[in-house]
Amino acid sequence: MRDLSRRRLLTGSGALLGTGLLGGCDAPALSHLATPYDWSNGLTFAVQRWLLARQPLVREFDRSRISAVFPTINTTDPDDPAYKRSRAVDFTDWKLPVSGLIERPGAFSLADLRLMPARTQVTLHSCEQGWSAIGEWTGVPLAHLLAHVGLKPQARFIVIRSVDGWWDSYDLFDALHPQTILAYGMNGGSLPVKHGAPLRLRVERQLGYKSLKYIAAIEAAERVDGYGKGRGSMVAELGFPWYAGI
Amino acid sequence: MTSPRSAMTRPRSAMTERTPRRTVFRHRAFVRLAHWLNAAAFGALLVSGIAILLALPRLFWGETGANDAPAALVLPLPVNLEQTGWGRNLHFLAAWILVLNGGLYLVLALVGGHLRRNLLPDRDQLRPGHLAREIADHARLRPPRGREALRYNALQKFAYLAVILGLFPLMVLTGLTMSPGVTAAFPELFTLFGGRQSARTLHFVFACLLVLFLVVHVAQVFIGGAVNLTRAMITGRLAVPANNPEPPDA
Repeated sequence: MRDLSRRRLLTGSGALLGTGLLGGCDAPALSHLATPYDWSNGLTFAVQRWLLARQPLVREFDRSRISAVFPTINTTDPDDPAYKRSRAVDFTDWKLPVSGLIERPGAFSLADLRLMPARTQVTLHSCEQGWSAIGEWTGVPLAHLLAHVGLKPQARFIVIRSVDGWWDSYDLFDALHPQTILAYGMNGGSLPVKHGAPLRLRVERQLGYKSLKYIAAIEAAERVDGYGKGRGSMVAELGFPWYAGI
Repeated sequence: MTSPRSAMTRPRSAMTERTPRRTVFRHRAFVRLAHWLNAAAFGALLVSGIAILLALPRLFWGETGANDAPAALVLPLPVNLEQTGWGRNLHFLAAWILVLNGGLYLVLALVGGHLRRNLLPDRDQLRPGHLAREIADHARLRPPRGREALRYNALQKFAYLAVILGLFPLMVLTGLTMSPGVTAAFPELFTLFGGRQSARTLHFVFACLLVLFLVVHVAQVFIGGAVNLTRAMITGRLAVPANNPEPPDA
């Protein structure tokens, strides 16, 4: 895959980013303004998109700052037969299907992902429950995987599903950000099960609940109002905003 | 413009023995509207802030902190993880109202002269003798009367300025320091407050100071005449309390 030149990746991402910005009003944060909370959360989304228009990176720390205590919440050991079987063989049979509005649908093993260009980042994880912890994450940038499978021009959102039934969606503004990675490593080792093994997402400019654990499938879509109850994510149906940059 | 815009004597029956009470125009419309919007937003922020706090009733210094991590201060509150959904939605809705309302108020107060005329202490109020008298009056819970009731007293002005120009802006900034989106754009906020958990701790401390202000503020309203002062902040018109038997110091 060395033929996937940097120039092609960059120009592709640039074009995709443009379409991502144009599609802003389709974002679940702005397409569903029914309650006062929808309006205030939509205002937050719009203002932060403006503040982040130049796509800054979040701070990255030295490894010495990695937290001794990094809480794990919600699912910490998925109760799923297929997952348990896969876990027993160290996820060697695990595959990540990538489908939807892409040129070359496929499924990627952990070995495939490890062969792709990797990014390692030591970042601050901020949970909606108030706690925060610093961890080191290693994985393949989502932008690279999407360029590899070839996003179709009409794709606006990336829908990600996890083994435990959670799902969420991301517009290309966040999906193509350099620090948005599919992490298979944490703090120098393999990603622990309680942290989402074999693969989890890192979306560093939003609260922790956007960084889905136990990724099972990735899909590119033009709109997300046809998924679930049309709110863009599972947690949005529980009253937590789709956009969590707070 | 230091004196109230208009003064009128309310006609009273000659049969009554009560002293005629002069009413004056005391608070302009934008001040009254901003006051009550801010009061509503602050109430909502306080309630929802407590709901959010209960998920982690511990305070930390630096970047990190969690229920299982060593804390600088453990608050005597129960841990409740189930209140952050509505808590956060209400907190950020009320925060937007507070920020937009407060921002507009500050602009109008600066441009229209409200800040300079009514909130900055007058020269005579800063004289040591005057300040000493104010402190003595406060200690005896004696509210201002006559002409002194037509302006804020110096201690009151100091408190209002500290809240308007100090505590509320600091609340907003420490709140924004907890936002991963805003801090990606302005990482300087982390430097300013010493980290995300430090900002959270300061957010709590400043909130406590605002509650302390609120308690004193409401107590002063009762001391000065709750009905009259509240009506003045709703309608704008204040019935001027009659002078003390002893002459005012003016």
